[in-house]
Amino acid sequence: MTDQQAEQTFPITLSVNGVPRTAEVPARRLLSDCLRHDLRMTGTHVGCEHGVCGACTVLVDGAPMRSCLMFAVSAQGSEITTVEGLADGETLHPVQQAFKECHGLQCGFCTPGFLTTISAVLDDNPEPTREEAVEAVSGNLCRCTGYQNIVASVLRAAEITRERSAVAIDEAGR
Amino acid sequence: MTTKQFGAPVQRTEDVRLLKGNGRYLDDLGQDALAAAFVRSPHAHARIVDIDVTDALEVEGLVAIYTHEDLPGRVGEPLPLLIPHPAIVAGRTGYALAKDRVNHVGEPIVMVVASDRYVAEDVCGRITVTYEVLPPVVGVETARDAKHLVHEDVAGNVAGHLVQEVGDAPAAVDSAPHTLELDLKVERSACIPMEGRGVYARWDADDESLRIYTSTQTTTGVRAAVATKLDLPLNRVECIAPDVGGGFGVKIMHPWPEEVLVPWAARLLDREIKWTEDRREHFVSSAHERGQVQKVRVGFDDEGRVLGLDVKIWHDNGAYVPYGLIVPIITSTQLLGPYKPGAYKVEFWSLYTNTVIVTPYRGAGRPQGVYAMERTMDAIADYLGKDRVAVREANFIQPDEMPYDHHMIFQDGRPLIYDSGDFPGSMDKLKALVGWQDFEDYREQARAEGRRVGIGVACYVEGTGVGPYEGGHVVVESTGKVVVSTGLTSQGQGHETVFAQIVADELGVPLEDIKVTTGDTRKMGYSVGTFASRAAVMSGNAIGIAARNVRTKALRIAGEALEVDPGDLEIVDGIVRVKGSPTSSMPLGTVAVLSNPLRYAFDTASQAATQFVVGDPDKPPVAEDDEPGLEDRDFYSPAQSTYANGMHAVIVETDPETAEIKILRYCVVHDCGNIINPMIVEGQIHGGVAQGVGGALYERMEYDENGQLLNASFMDFLMPYVTEVPDRIEIDHLETPSPLNPLGIKGAGEAGVIPSAAVFASAIEDAEGFTITSMPISPSELYALRQRFAAGEIPALRGRSATASTATTPTPVTEATTR
Ligand code: FES
Ligand code: FES
Repeated sequence: MTDQQAEQTFPITLSVNGVPRTAEVPARRLLSDCLRHDLRMTGTHVGCEHGVCGACTVLVDGAPMRSCLMFAVSAQGSEITTVEGLADGETLHPVQQAFKECHGLQCGFCTPGFLTTISAVLDDNPEPTREEAVEAVSGNLCRCTGYQNIVASVLRAAEITRERSAVAIDEAGR
Repeated sequence: MTTKQFGAPVQRTEDVRLLKGNGRYLDDLGQDALAAAFVRSPHAHARIVDIDVTDALEVEGLVAIYTHEDLPGRVGEPLPLLIPHPAIVAGRTGYALAKDRVNHVGEPIVMVVASDRYVAEDVCGRITVTYEVLPPVVGVETARDAKHLVHEDVAGNVAGHLVQEVGDAPAAVDSAPHTLELDLKVERSACIPMEGRGVYARWDADDESLRIYTSTQTTTGVRAAVATKLDLPLNRVECIAPDVGGGFGVKIMHPWPEEVLVPWAARLLDREIKWTEDRREHFVSSAHERGQVQKVRVGFDDEGRVLGLDVKIWHDNGAYVPYGLIVPIITSTQLLGPYKPGAYKVEFWSLYTNTVIVTPYRGAGRPQGVYAMERTMDAIADYLGKDRVAVREANFIQPDEMPYDHHMIFQDGRPLIYDSGDFPGSMDKLKALVGWQDFEDYREQARAEGRRVGIGVACYVEGTGVGPYEGGHVVVESTGKVVVSTGLTSQGQGHETVFAQIVADELGVPLEDIKVTTGDTRKMGYSVGTFASRAAVMSGNAIGIAARNVRTKALRIAGEALEVDPGDLEIVDGIVRVKGSPTSSMPLGTVAVLSNPLRYAFDTASQAATQFVVGDPDKPPVAEDDEPGLEDRDFYSPAQSTYANGMHAVIVETDPETAEIKILRYCVVHDCGNIINPMIVEGQIHGGVAQGVGGALYERMEYDENGQLLNASFMDFLMPYVTEVPDRIEIDHLETPSPLNPLGIKGAGEAGVIPSAAVFASAIEDAEGFTITSMPISPSELYALRQRFAAGEIPALRGRSATASTATTPTPVTEATTR
């Protein structure tokens, strides 16, 4: 590397929570840093930067991805969903609502990674069993909660989704 | 009526912000700040021969490089010894940047400031430090041997030495009908919050003031330390803890080198600077805890009553003792738990090693003390062939003996006097909860199925709510909204919610109208910090007192305005009204307006408070002993700690082939006095138990003999995932209110973790039929113990026939020989 020269950067375009965003990043910029510091969306957290804790999980084209293990340039053209994109305006996403009801968070640092992960799992499997709920969160670390209330939150989130769709069907029927 | 909030499992007011990704943690701030990074020692013990930065100077984006030579005045002096206990024999603290020598891997040597973190690390990579490597001291045994010294001038590697004695314990042991001797060991673990440390500082050159944001458990502590280091008046420094992603003790330590250096450089360069710790840095340059070696001699009678207890503790304090001897002091005093030995002597040596410093981690020395005591109780029961619970019960302090004075001095320099608790009552609850009496049947049943199970029990008492004080500030604004602040910080304990619950009850306002701020010196400059399960006790009571004063004032002002006796008024849903005649009323916001006599009206509401409207023209608008505003600031400062307690039981199954340890049930009986929010208390217990499971079965700091930490990543340090913790924690509460504070509460934050090593050792020992003396224990270690047991190298429990496949002749644990 020639020291005196500024590092080469690359233009990228991403869709973040449905909004097209652009950034000019060096090749080595992690997606987590790009989201947090270039796009200043700090909801995505970094707990280890080596792919183990899951705090940085975002959805890339709908699939959970550890944003600390991906270069921003490789996300070129992708649809990214971060924790900021889960709620529908004032209405919390069922997973967020469930975490609140079940005391599924304490310091909240690990929480964004759990929320994005669980939302993707529930999209695939709206009625998880307890075992499946455990499985869903088994790749994320939390140091505060002991996980019992997080598992309860997964199950409650599925319930809230059902309750909300029942209400929606009911209203549509009237 | 407004429903009572105290005691209700109300959902947290902080959650929506955090759930939506709108939390503000340290690294979320200062987006335009320069980044700091550090060159840290790769050696555990070395002399710094040379630092060569030539190769680094050309990196684009470099702003500054600092070594110890560059640090002026106090910035270059050793970091403070925060708690200068008289038992410190040789107190040594590090420098913000190492001077001449390094004493552990990870010690900062060079600070780099650059345009961003990537560049700052590039620069670090190009700085060459030459070392002369010295022999490292790693582990308690090596430190005790003192063949090599960590600090050349500290003989025997002894940082501190303390003896506390009640009665003549050695004589009581010697003359007792039975004696046993136990050699015990606990390894290191650490807090490991999901968010590491971090500091962001900005200097305002026009105002000559400094603002520091830091991921800390004490903003007032950091403020005072930095102001002193930088020679700034205290009121020119503001310190704020933003959202903090977990602390568990490590963030009560302060000032960290980075907390001094980042503000110092920000002022020097007149640029905003931020440093965010990465995970490896957290492992090698923050703090650890737990590592101890213990020797217990106990003498007891036929009932298992302890007549004499003589304990020696060797405590590994790492390279420096900035936090003093708090951890071993707590171990040595809280070891006593709910018991009353006839005589007690405890002696500890706190030893330097070339490893990361040791400062409190949730539980703060108690887990080790409880481990020593509970291993002893189990050993006595086994020796006498008695039920383990019965031996404990024979030693319990009884409810009618409260307050119980141990005649010792606790960590706060105050007498160790238990204020409340019903230990037999708690044990009855635990026995019922776990089904203690029926366990033998279950064991038989499991054995018939070829399964091996064991049950363990452990008790603890926890001094919580240590002083000196905390404050609360409560303001009712003219909108009727209430703004509350307290100086201690939050790391996920739900303080915004529980403090609001207290205020809601006092002031009769809905929770959503109360806004609580913690850990911001701009709002409350007097505070100590969040540790020792003290937040609810200290700030809860301070805020409660302040809120009550505000209530009194509100009723007085409203009484004058409504021309009724304040005693006839109540506040419901933010309205002050006459009891039984609710039409005669006024909103609390109006009372706030009236409380502040005005010259200038700024809106319609405030017109009601101008001098033409309010007040007796013959009296001063603000009475002599009064202040304007519907607000109060008050403090709570107890004479001593309040003692919470609890008892845990665990049922484990150990795999006969693989020695895997599975948790079948985990039961907790807990007494933290009056409970403000049961949902939050249970959450604290869940989290504590998970850390306890980690500490008992998985987590350890794997230092090699060179002082390299081999598992300094989440890949290698085994922190529990959901799959490692019990599915359910069965909890029963006993609420014996503390008589020491108005709200009757005791701390709850550390409870879950305290008895873990003890309770798992007890259960695994029970399953295996031989003694467990070292924790944590992994499947491979258990497997190795089984082989040694089979080879006759370790004795079987004697109290009952061993459940292990190879039963050997029962022998005492270790019979003390008279010397
Ligand atoms: S920060 Fe990406 S997995 Fe931990
Ligand atoms: S809530 Fe703090 S780490 Fe999970």
